Amino acid sequence: MKKYLSFFQLRFAMGLQYRTAALAGIITQFAWGGMQIMMYRAFYHTDAAAFPMTLSATASYIWLQQAFLAFFAVWMMENEIFDSIVNGNIAYELCRPVSIYNMWAARSIASRLARAVLRCFPILIVAAFIPQPYGIGAPASLLHFLLFVLSLILGLAVTVTFCLLIYVLAFFTISPQGLRMVFTSCVEFFSGAVIPLPFFPDKIRSIMELLPFASMQNAALRIYSASIGTDEIRRAIGLQIFWLVALTAAGKLLCRLAEKRIIVQGG
Amino acid sequence: MITMEHVCKSYRIAKRNAGFAEACKALFHREYEIIHALNDVSFTIHDGEMVGYIGPNGAGKSSTIKILSGILTPDSGTVLVDGRVPYKNRIEHVREIGVVFGQRSQLWWDVPVIDSFALLKDIYSISDICYRQSLEELTELLNLSELLRSPARQLSLGQRMRCEIAASLLHRPRILFLDEPTIGLDAVSKLAVRDFILRQNQTHKTTVILTTHDMQDIESLTSRILLIGKGQILLDGSLDDIRTGNESIDATVAELYRTYNI
Amino acid sequence: MKTIRLYLHYVSINIRCMMQYKTSFLLSAIGQFLVSFNVFLGIFFMFQRFSNVEGFTYSEVLLCFSVVLLEFALAEMVARGFDTFSGMVRSGEFDLILVRPQNEILQVLGSKFELTRIGRMLQAVVMFTYGIVKSNVVWSISKICTLLFMLIGGTVVFTALFFIYAALCFFTLEGLEFMNVFTDGAREFGKYPLGIYGKKMLLFMTFVIPYALIQYYPLLYILDRRTSIFYMLLPLAACCFFVPALLLWKFGVQSYQSSGS
Repeated sequence: MKKYLSFFQLRFAMGLQYRTAALAGIITQFAWGGMQIMMYRAFYHTDAAAFPMTLSATASYIWLQQAFLAFFAVWMMENEIFDSIVNGNIAYELCRPVSIYNMWAARSIASRLARAVLRCFPILIVAAFIPQPYGIGAPASLLHFLLFVLSLILGLAVTVTFCLLIYVLAFFTISPQGLRMVFTSCVEFFSGAVIPLPFFPDKIRSIMELLPFASMQNAALRIYSASIGTDEIRRAIGLQIFWLVALTAAGKLLCRLAEKRIIVQGG
Repeated sequence: MITMEHVCKSYRIAKRNAGFAEACKALFHREYEIIHALNDVSFTIHDGEMVGYIGPNGAGKSSTIKILSGILTPDSGTVLVDGRVPYKNRIEHVREIGVVFGQRSQLWWDVPVIDSFALLKDIYSISDICYRQSLEELTELLNLSELLRSPARQLSLGQRMRCEIAASLLHRPRILFLDEPTIGLDAVSKLAVRDFILRQNQTHKTTVILTTHDMQDIESLTSRILLIGKGQILLDGSLDDIRTGNESIDATVAELYRTYNI
Repeated sequence: MKTIRLYLHYVSINIRCMMQYKTSFLLSAIGQFLVSFNVFLGIFFMFQRFSNVEGFTYSEVLLCFSVVLLEFALAEMVARGFDTFSGMVRSGEFDLILVRPQNEILQVLGSKFELTRIGRMLQAVVMFTYGIVKSNVVWSISKICTLLFMLIGGTVVFTALFFIYAALCFFTLEGLEFMNVFTDGAREFGKYPLGIYGKKMLLFMTFVIPYALIQYYPLLYILDRRTSIFYMLLPLAACCFFVPALLLWKFGVQSYQSSGS
C-alpha cells in the first residue's frame, strides 16, 4: 500500500513541477467545455422541446466531464506499460512477488487521481461562478451528491479495469498502439464522451445504457443533477458494480493466461 | 581557419528542487540561475590542424561546437570560420562542415544505410560523380560494404558510428566536428574510427575538432589540446606540455582537472 | 524544383520506414479513421433528435463538417511533422537539422511525414463526397470556385496553425497543450457553422483567428444565404494569416539559436 501511495505522490509532484503544463491543460479544458456548452445552447435555442434534459443540467454535465476528465479518458493510458510489453521489460515485473494486475491497477488509479486532483478544483471553482444556466449548478440534493461521489468512484474503477483489459490484451497482439486506438474511439462513442447518452434516440440509448461503457462517466454525471429518477439511479449503480466485478474477473483471468504464455514462450 | 575571440555565452535556467514540498513551493515562486557556459573564450585553429577539445561535463564544450557549427548565436565576441560568421549565414556555412554527434543518430532507423546516404546526397546537392567517388572511398576506408544494405537499427554501435562518420563526410567538408565519436564503442571499433580520422586528416587536410572524454583518443589523434573548464580556456598546448613523468594519460588529465579545480 | 524533389525523397524514405511495420500502420490508420468517424456519428445522432440548428439542416451541416475535415486533413498531411516537433526540440534532433544546408521547415516537414493520417484523409474524402451529394445545393461555377477557395484557404489556415504550434515549442514545451484548442478544437467545433456559437465567438473567429473566413461566410454564400461576391473571396483573404505564423516561426528559430535548448 505504501508504495502505491508514494507512486501517487510522485505523480502529483510531477504534475506540480510542470505547472505551466497543468495551467495550459486547465485552460484548454475550459475552452473546450465552454465551446461545447455554446454548441448545446444553439441546439437548445433551436428546439427546446427536443432537448432531453435542461440546459443547466447539460452545462453541469459538461463541466463535471471536463473536471474529471482524467478519471474517464480512456486515451490516458500508461505508455510505460505498453512499452514494457512491447520491448519485453515486462519479464522483470514477472520476477517480482507482486501480481502484475494489481500493480497496474494501483498505478493507473494513482496517476488518474493525481491528474484529476490537480485539475478538477480550478475548473469546478471557476465553473461555479459562471452565471446559470451555463455554469455548474449545485447538486440536486445532499443524497444525490453522495450518490454522485459513490458513482464517480465506481466509474473510475470501471474505467481502470477496462484499461487493464486492454493492457492484458496487448500481450496477445502485435500492435498495441492500433488496438489502443480502436478501443479508445469505441469507448469514447459508447460512454457518452462524443455526445452525452441522453441525446441518443431512445431505442439505441436503452441498449447503450446496459453496456459497460455507460458505467464509466455517464452514471455519475447524470446522478449529479438528478436527470434520472431514483429507480434508474439504483439500476445505474447496480450495473456499475456488476461491470466492475465482471471486468476485473475477465482481466485477471486473461492476465493469468498471458503470464503462462510469456513463461512458455520465454518472453 | 577558425578564430574565436572573446566569445561569451550564458543561459538562464529554472531551478528545480526535488521533493513534494519543494514542488508545491515552486508553484508560486521559481528561482533562476544564470549559467556562464562560455566566458571570454578565444582561440585560433589553422587549416588541417587536429585539435582535441577536453574538459569535464558542463564545461562548455558542446556550446563551443554548437557556436562553431552555426546552431547557437553567442552573446558577444567574434567568431570566424574560413571567413564566415557561422550563425549569420547558416546554410552557406554548414555546407562546408561535417558534424558527428556521438549520442545522436543522423541515419534513418528503419531503412538501409545507403538510403540515408542517398537522402544526404540530395540535401547537400552533391553531384553524382562526387557522390560516387566519396562513397567508394569511404566504403573502402571504413569497411562499410557489408553494412550499407542493412537498416541502421540492425547495426551494432561500432558499425553505426562508422556509418555516421561516413554520412558526415559524403559532401567532403573542410572542417569536421566530432562530438564524442568513440563513446560506447568496443576496442576494435575505436581503433578503426581513430585510424580513419587520422587518415582523413592526412590525405584530405580536413580540419578536425574533437571533443571526447577518452584520453586515448586524444593521445593517438591530436598534437594540440584545448582544455576548457567553467567556461574558460585553461590550457592551450600539446600533450607533452602537460605530461609529468610516466603517469598514464588519464592520471595526467585528472591531475590537471584538480590543479584547475574544475 | 529541387526543393520538391528533395521533399519527395523525404516522403519516399518515410513510406519505406512505414512499410517495415505494416500491421501497425494499418491499425493506426483504421484508428485514425474511427476517431473522425465518431465526430460524424455525433452529428448524425444529434440530427436524429433535432431537425436543424439555428436554421442549418443536417445536409448543410454535413457539407460544412466535411469541408472542414478535408481542409484539416490536407493541412495535416503536409504539416503534421510539426506535431511531433516538441520531441525534436527536446531530444536535440533539431540541432541536426540546423547543421544541414537546407531550409529548416522543409527538413522538419520531411522528417516526420505522418502516413497514418491517411486514415483521416480517407475519411475526409468519403465525407466530402457524401456531403456534396447529400447537400441540396444547386452548384454553379461561382459556388464551385467558392468551395475550392475554402479548401485552399482552410488548408493554409490550418497549416499556419501547425506552424504556430511548432514555433511555440521554442519558447515553452510545457504550455503546448493549449494550442490544441486552436488546431484540434477548430476541427472539432468547426463541424457546425461557426455562427451558432454566438456573436462574440464569431467576431473572435473572424478577426483573431480567421476560422470564420474559411468556413462560415463562404458557406453562407454556397447555401444562398448571402449573394455578395465578397463572401466568396473571403477564404483567400484568410491566407494572409500565414504571414504572422511564418514570422513567429522565424523568430522562434532565431531565439533557439540565441538561447540553446
